[in-house]
Amino acid sequence: MPKTYEPIATTTLGSAAATVTFSTIPGTYTDLVLIGNFSLNVNNSSLFVRLNSDTGSNYSYTRLSGNGTTATSGRDSNQTQARITADATAQNSGTRQMFVLQFMNYSNANTNKTFLSRYSSVGGTEVFVDLWRNTSAITSIDVKGFDATAIIESGSTFTLYGIKAA
Amino acid sequence: MLLIPGIIGSAAPQVGDFESIATVTVGAGGSSEINFTSIPSTYQHLQIRILSRDNRAATVNSVFYRLNADTGSNYAYHILAGDGSNASAAAATSTAFTYGMLQTSASTTSNIFTVGIIDILDYANTNKNTTVRTLQGYDANGSGGIRFNSGLWMNTAAVNAVRLYPDGAASFVQYTHAALYGIKG
Repeated sequence: MPKTYEPIATTTLGSAAATVTFSTIPGTYTDLVLIGNFSLNVNNSSLFVRLNSDTGSNYSYTRLSGNGTTATSGRDSNQTQARITADATAQNSGTRQMFVLQFMNYSNANTNKTFLSRYSSVGGTEVFVDLWRNTSAITSIDVKGFDATAIIESGSTFTLYGIKAA
Repeated sequence: MLLIPGIIGSAAPQVGDFESIATVTVGAGGSSEINFTSIPSTYQHLQIRILSRDNRAATVNSVFYRLNADTGSNYAYHILAGDGSNASAAAATSTAFTYGMLQTSASTTSNIFTVGIIDILDYANTNKNTTVRTLQGYDANGSGGIRFNSGLWMNTAAVNAVRLYPDGAASFVQYTHAALYGIKG
């Protein structure tokens, strides 16, 4: 059988950046997996994604979080970007953090896009299920901070994989 | 692939063997179950990646699964859940199935599906009972749920079949998609 879990692109920031963009994503896979190991320049901030450059209020999420003391759950609706890290856990600027983002059937044009993010840092662990209310195939992913003040620091790495079903 | 200024492209990393075994795509008529059968024992682990919804007249429904067509009370499970307001936990023992997913149903906003990843670790080992883990969830812009589940099948046989089915005699709807992968050791 052929290998079906393939790297599509990897980026390592040579200098701080507001956004990391994966564009022209081929529709030839079944699922996408995006893995990030990163730090931000501000305390207690988060990473978000935008899909296909959509800046409309078309994103929402539900999360489950543990900070070492309590387990909590929360959500946001009608957002202009999808949160994938750190809603209920704390960390300082420069702290290494990581996430694994799973997009199922990202190229089908019949369903809204639901995706999972597993996030970890020294402050705790969280899992997010995000919704993008759009049935378009995902062709680009922007990974960004909450706003212009949250910058992704140099040395952060992001790798996009494709998984191809038979 | 566009790389924005300030980003250095680098060589792609090596990845292990992750092979597609079988895929089920539900058509317009729906399907009451998803079956993976005759699963070869040549892998170290199995993973099922699923996008699903069913037609039960409810906002959400449960999906259960059974291994090797065992209908006995030989399963148990634990659930860690978040519903957007509270975190909770639940468990059951000596059940006739293990818990799979909380799944969107007919009353959920149209075209919103549940996603899940089911890992069956060391599935071909005949010296251990089989433990399964699931990460799954859905969000419907104002409602939703996310869950970590662990399931136990109290049987040491190698897993050669997995059946997933919605509760309440419901059916998976069109565009439900489940793919079984094998991971080499």
